[in-house]
Amino acid sequence: METIRKLIRKQSLEKLYNNLAANRKVYAPVIAADKKAEYKYNPGFADVTFDHIRSTLSVKNIVFPKVENLFFYENSKTESTITDIDLDKIPEVVLWGAHPCDNAAFDTLRSIFCWDTKDEFFSRRLEKLTVIGLGCHSSDEYCFCTSVGLSPSSSRGSDILLTKLQTGDYQAEILTAKGNEIVSSFPDLFEPLTDEKVDITEVKQKFSHKQVTEKLAGAFEHEFWIANSLRCIGCGACAYVCPTCACFDIQDETKGKNGKRYRSWDSCGFGLFTLHTSGHNPRHVQSQRWRQRIMHKFSYMPDRNESLGCVGCGRCSSGCPVDMNIAEQLEALQNI
Amino acid sequence: MDNLILRAKELLENKTVQVVIGYEAGPTGVVRPAFISDPANADSLIYDERCVQNLAVYLTKPEVKHLGRIAIVSSLPVMRSIMMLISEQQISYDEIVVLGISADGVLLDIADLSVMQGYIDKSDLSNPVKYKELLAELKKLTPAEKFEYWQKELSKCIKCYACRQACPMCYCTRCTVEVNQPQWISVQSNAHGNMEWHILRAMHLAGRCISCGECGRACPVGIPCHLLTMHLTDQVYNYFKVYAGTSEKMNSVMSTYEPNDKESFIV
Ligand code: SF4
Ligand code: SF4
Ligand code: SF4
Ligand code: SF4
Ligand code: SF4
Repeated sequence: METIRKLIRKQSLEKLYNNLAANRKVYAPVIAADKKAEYKYNPGFADVTFDHIRSTLSVKNIVFPKVENLFFYENSKTESTITDIDLDKIPEVVLWGAHPCDNAAFDTLRSIFCWDTKDEFFSRRLEKLTVIGLGCHSSDEYCFCTSVGLSPSSSRGSDILLTKLQTGDYQAEILTAKGNEIVSSFPDLFEPLTDEKVDITEVKQKFSHKQVTEKLAGAFEHEFWIANSLRCIGCGACAYVCPTCACFDIQDETKGKNGKRYRSWDSCGFGLFTLHTSGHNPRHVQSQRWRQRIMHKFSYMPDRNESLGCVGCGRCSSGCPVDMNIAEQLEALQNI
Repeated sequence: MDNLILRAKELLENKTVQVVIGYEAGPTGVVRPAFISDPANADSLIYDERCVQNLAVYLTKPEVKHLGRIAIVSSLPVMRSIMMLISEQQISYDEIVVLGISADGVLLDIADLSVMQGYIDKSDLSNPVKYKELLAELKKLTPAEKFEYWQKELSKCIKCYACRQACPMCYCTRCTVEVNQPQWISVQSNAHGNMEWHILRAMHLAGRCISCGECGRACPVGIPCHLLTMHLTDQVYNYFKVYAGTSEKMNSVMSTYEPNDKESFIV
């Protein structure tokens, strides 16, 4: 659909939020006790922040929860009875105030989860999601959306994109039918847009992702990987906070006769991730795992999924205990 | 700091070691571990109050061992970790050179294991002051309040295992959480699975934790999981009068039996 731009005043935003939160799950950012931003379901409007830069965790858990039950089972001596999950029970969710990088990541995740076989759990959750994004009026040294084809005002992944105007009111870009449905339910809250001066931060481009992708094609055996990954301790922090990392583990948990099969987040940074039953591990040292992380996002995915595997949110770097700064490494890789 | 750089250069130039593990400031100013193999790069080494990571975690990694003999910048927690790793036969003192740093940031002359032992012996080995205060606060809570506090904190856990990976004493190539035949603890990250993980981790570190605080610092969601192991450090001291990482010959209190062990905690 064609994008429509409207004005929504600050007071009307509160009404919109309260109306949505009255009968839907609304996932919105608040400032937690440790001063960092985190998303919560249906917080009071007064607590919702419009000024955060980066929440510690991404919002991917809406469509890819850290634990997703796949089915339940009951074992008898002779057989197992399986009970499927009722996917119709997946609730509608409105994501409120998430930034362009996080919203674009839903697209990236879709390119993974629906690459050939459509993942039912993921797709049904995505269908039930409406995204009211928020363009960024602030950023920090970890942000690099502009190096991966996005920007503080990109609308990819949003159904409605709010952008602060210099007057303090907001511009609402209505981008999809889902977005339009919300706007048409509350016509009184939206006005024609007259003043278009928006308050958007500037994010300097650090590298060209096209050049990085080209360089990576011949860099598998480069000494870069060992030299730049010795300090990586091989935890799952970067993958778990990342909005586009999609690896999961599948486990059964049984208690007595009853149990369930579920999937939970996993990371290619773990040594065990590629360990074969034979004992052989094709990625037996951290440099190979770090290479996989970068290759997957900047070489294999553009190749196979026609999508970069990174939206430049900077979470992996700000959350890494040993400052494995991905943008710094990509900048260096561009020039090897 | 100049002394540290000079010493690092000297060790690399005369090939006593092949790599120096220390700290540097990255391009964004964040302090991080540095692996220096070329003496010309030793100038980037720094040491100040921002250098808190416990570098001993690297000593058991095959790719780091592979580099050759290692010199390692070592504050007291790193030295105690080294002592712990030697006592658990994970490393031998011959593989490393300890570039000891005193509490006020001065390069120490740690000529051999006995000098390091001497330095540890005369240091205060109880939990660092800032953690003591937090532990004292927690102690004031009733058991029900404590349980509620930890349930709330642990509900944030995403099981990324950064706490485990950051700890020099969590060197197991296959952690108990990763064994699934049989499955010892619930792998899922929910209230139940998170609690089991943290009880397991704390118990495996009882009497082995050297109070560096690294696990809590590494946690991306800010769970003070170091307070669990540090509390056990206090408990172990109360019962057995030992601190971890104090002797190359020490036996882990939790896996050895002495006839004069107090048994009052057995119910
Ligand atoms: S890059 Fe950082 S966060 Fe990622 S596995 Fe390595 S140490 Fe952990
Ligand atoms: S790789 Fe890092 S910067 Fe890129 S999307 Fe993931 S967390 Fe964000
Ligand atoms: S580092 Fe934090 S989030 Fe990760 S497993 Fe440990 S306590 Fe949980
Ligand atoms: S404080 Fe944490 S990281 Fe340090 S030794 Fe104890 S358990 Fe390990
Ligand atoms: S938690 Fe226990 S089993 Fe796991 S790595 Fe640490 S010491 Fe080993």
